[in-house]
Amino acid sequence: MSDFLRLEGLSKRFATTIAVQDVTLAIARGEILALLGPSGSGKTTILRLLAGFERPDSGRLRVDGEEITAVPPARRRFGMVFQHYALFPHLDVGENVAFGLSALERAGRDRKVSAALELVDLAGFERRKVQELSGGQQQRVALARALAPEPRVLLLDEPLSNLDPTLRERTRRELRGLIQRVGITTVFVTHEQEEAFDLGDRVAVLSAGRLEQVGTPDELYERPATLFVATFVGRANVFRAAAARAVGGRDDQVVVVRPERLRFADAGLPGIVKERRYTGAAAFYLVEGDGGERFEVLADPAAARVGERVYVEAVRTITFAEPDR
Amino acid sequence: MSGPFPAALRVRPSGVQLLGLALALLLAWLVVYPILIVAGDAAHGDALRAFVDRPGEWAALWASLWISLASVALAALIGVPLAFLFEWFEFPGRKTLGALVALPAVLPPFVGVLAFLFLYGESGFVARALQHLLGLTRAPWRLQGAGAILLVHAYSMYAYFYLFTRAGLAKLDQSMLEAAQALGAGRARTFARVVLPLLRPSLAGAALLTFMTALGSFSAPYVFGGGFRVMTTQIYSTKVNGDLALAMVETLSLALLAVAGLVLLRRTQGEDLLVALGKGTAPRRRPIARPAVRASATAAGWLFAVLLLLPHATLLLVSLVPYATWTTETLPPLLSLVNYRRVFAEPERLRPLLNSFWMASVSTLAALAVALAAAWLVVRGRVRLRRWIESFLELPWALPGTVFAVALATAFGVHRPLALRWVLVGTAVLLPLAYLARALPVTGRAILAGFRQLDPALEEAAASLGAGRWVTLRRVTLPLLRPALTAGASLAFVGGLGDFVSSIVLYTYDTRPIAIEIMSSLRLNEIGVAAVFGVILMVCSAAVLSIGARR
Repeated sequence: MSDFLRLEGLSKRFATTIAVQDVTLAIARGEILALLGPSGSGKTTILRLLAGFERPDSGRLRVDGEEITAVPPARRRFGMVFQHYALFPHLDVGENVAFGLSALERAGRDRKVSAALELVDLAGFERRKVQELSGGQQQRVALARALAPEPRVLLLDEPLSNLDPTLRERTRRELRGLIQRVGITTVFVTHEQEEAFDLGDRVAVLSAGRLEQVGTPDELYERPATLFVATFVGRANVFRAAAARAVGGRDDQVVVVRPERLRFADAGLPGIVKERRYTGAAAFYLVEGDGGERFEVLADPAAARVGERVYVEAVRTITFAEPDR
Repeated sequence: MSGPFPAALRVRPSGVQLLGLALALLLAWLVVYPILIVAGDAAHGDALRAFVDRPGEWAALWASLWISLASVALAALIGVPLAFLFEWFEFPGRKTLGALVALPAVLPPFVGVLAFLFLYGESGFVARALQHLLGLTRAPWRLQGAGAILLVHAYSMYAYFYLFTRAGLAKLDQSMLEAAQALGAGRARTFARVVLPLLRPSLAGAALLTFMTALGSFSAPYVFGGGFRVMTTQIYSTKVNGDLALAMVETLSLALLAVAGLVLLRRTQGEDLLVALGKGTAPRRRPIARPAVRASATAAGWLFAVLLLLPHATLLLVSLVPYATWTTETLPPLLSLVNYRRVFAEPERLRPLLNSFWMASVSTLAALAVALAAAWLVVRGRVRLRRWIESFLELPWALPGTVFAVALATAFGVHRPLALRWVLVGTAVLLPLAYLARALPVTGRAILAGFRQLDPALEEAAASLGAGRWVTLRRVTLPLLRPALTAGASLAFVGGLGDFVSSIVLYTYDTRPIAIEIMSSLRLNEIGVAAVFGVILMVCSAAVLSIGARR
């Protein structure tokens, strides 16, 4: 994999908190990378470091071999789509899109503006006011504005968080299709696993300023590198001590089992079904084990009843050494 | 998660801090240093004892205090019920009247005083009419003393209560009132337990503004006071009499009273809970159901509007009266444009107009530059001295205009370059400097607020699209700040244009502004010419403010 964009040992601290600590990442040309993490994990700070709005305390940034750590945002040639789009309210759609093209002569600029608007399916919107647009249209104008100057890298800050939930899934697909058509190297920030999996080729999981793991969605789900990744990405039941032994691990291990990898059996971890949540094809059963531990089983809707005594066994487990912290 | 401020908008950190320091020092020199010099001058000499021993001084200080408190009470008494009437009830003409009623808040106080003089003064229209009607040989009253001052104050300051209360009521949430009623509270209880407590910040804000304005009021006591002295006029006469040391003590006493009032009133203000809770829907206006009540409310509204506009109409009428043609008649027998022609044809009469315009323009531009720099350093640069910069910008508001003018005259009446004091008294620099200082609080507040509302992501977006710092400023920041800039500029300009308080202490014959010329025209009994200047002030102020209020 050829590394196009490299983050090398990037660290950034604010007055009292460490926002980003020693993050190293390589992103291939044309790749879409998701930065996934809970709030406060440092993902937005990494995006702002990439854009040049923040300067790292240590570490380096390279794009296509060129070091850009100290290059100001205006000369970085990175396109950015902001969470709330940051469209200029005093300019119309066309002027917004043309903002980054000011060096060109007029005719060339107009041509690029209409090409960019066509790309996001807003052909002919040049003279519209940005306030008159719907949220989805504003997002696409922001995207056209960021892409018009033909940046080297596209950065997206929570690109779908401002959209209606019903609109999100469709927009996600359209966004991915568009990025792939342009073929631009893209980094985006999200706190939603589904969004990261759907939109990203690879996902970088962050926690407390540290990079926990980078990988494809499958890798993260099937082979999480840390307990944090195992529990943050996808649903996970965590078993310790005696319960860990009962599902096939050892006392000194932490065993993580996905709900769909647990099943009701004749023997195994004993417990009582406390709740049943029907989802159509299957049902989630909340089980309380005899040791007091609670876990979820995804099974056939008719597999068990609330109040029933059950035994649970694990089909596949992910094990970690018990951290001695 | 994002940083404390965008690094892209930062010069080098030390560079920004240095700029912050420079601005803080400049502001300290302009607004704090003169006051400290006054305090220093007041501290030694026999002046302190003279102040303590003379009953006249205490009487003037006491008069300032009670006149201010009474002005607050009167202004509230008129302004608050009006606000409820216009915000909660629907009747014909509500919108137009609602805007007219706010008018006194925006006109220069000196214009109001002048108009009152022509309307209700002893040779004004009302007095003349009564005199004729009742066949009196003398005017039925003299518009003088504490009562006259309070009348003018109530007229010019109720608008603060009116505007603040309306703004507060507009923020009220209908569902809160409904919740109170659902919990069994009657109308009176809802009003006392819900509406009034939620309005407290608005009412306290209006009270504070009224108190400070009344305490610093100079034109009304100067013109209508007669023998009745408040501290502002007392300072002026002591200074004119040449007892500078005593004037310093008086100035300091008034400054202390102002600061004490400010601190006490701020404390009662409390938090603005409505802002904290977020916005609901304001209660819907109720049409007045009973026709008789509706008719009388409408009539009262219109009557009030006429009463309010009468002084300004009077000013217009008097400006058309040629010199010495109006003696004992109720209405002037002759009307012509001769006064206007004289003002614009005679260079010496035109001069005060030109003076006021250039001095107000220069001070406005300077105030904009200082406020813009301050706002950038405080909001974007987040310099260490930001609290100091904000306090310095606000300070001239807390001090009566007379205090400030005397302080400037004292600080810049001697040549001591090492102490950063130069002789500016008698030069054309001092008045614009005084106007600048007076303008800083309003202009600063407008531009700081504008800057705070500006999403930093917009400037970052410009940067990520390749725009450098100056391009971003020119193409994004300034265009977006335009409403704040025009609002701040128009307030600064109108303040300088109609200024009387600072001017009377600091003017020279060559730099005399409009308000001073009005006073000297009155002294020469050229009331027509005085009114022409008043009309010009009024029209220009209204025009500039309406430009500034446009979005």
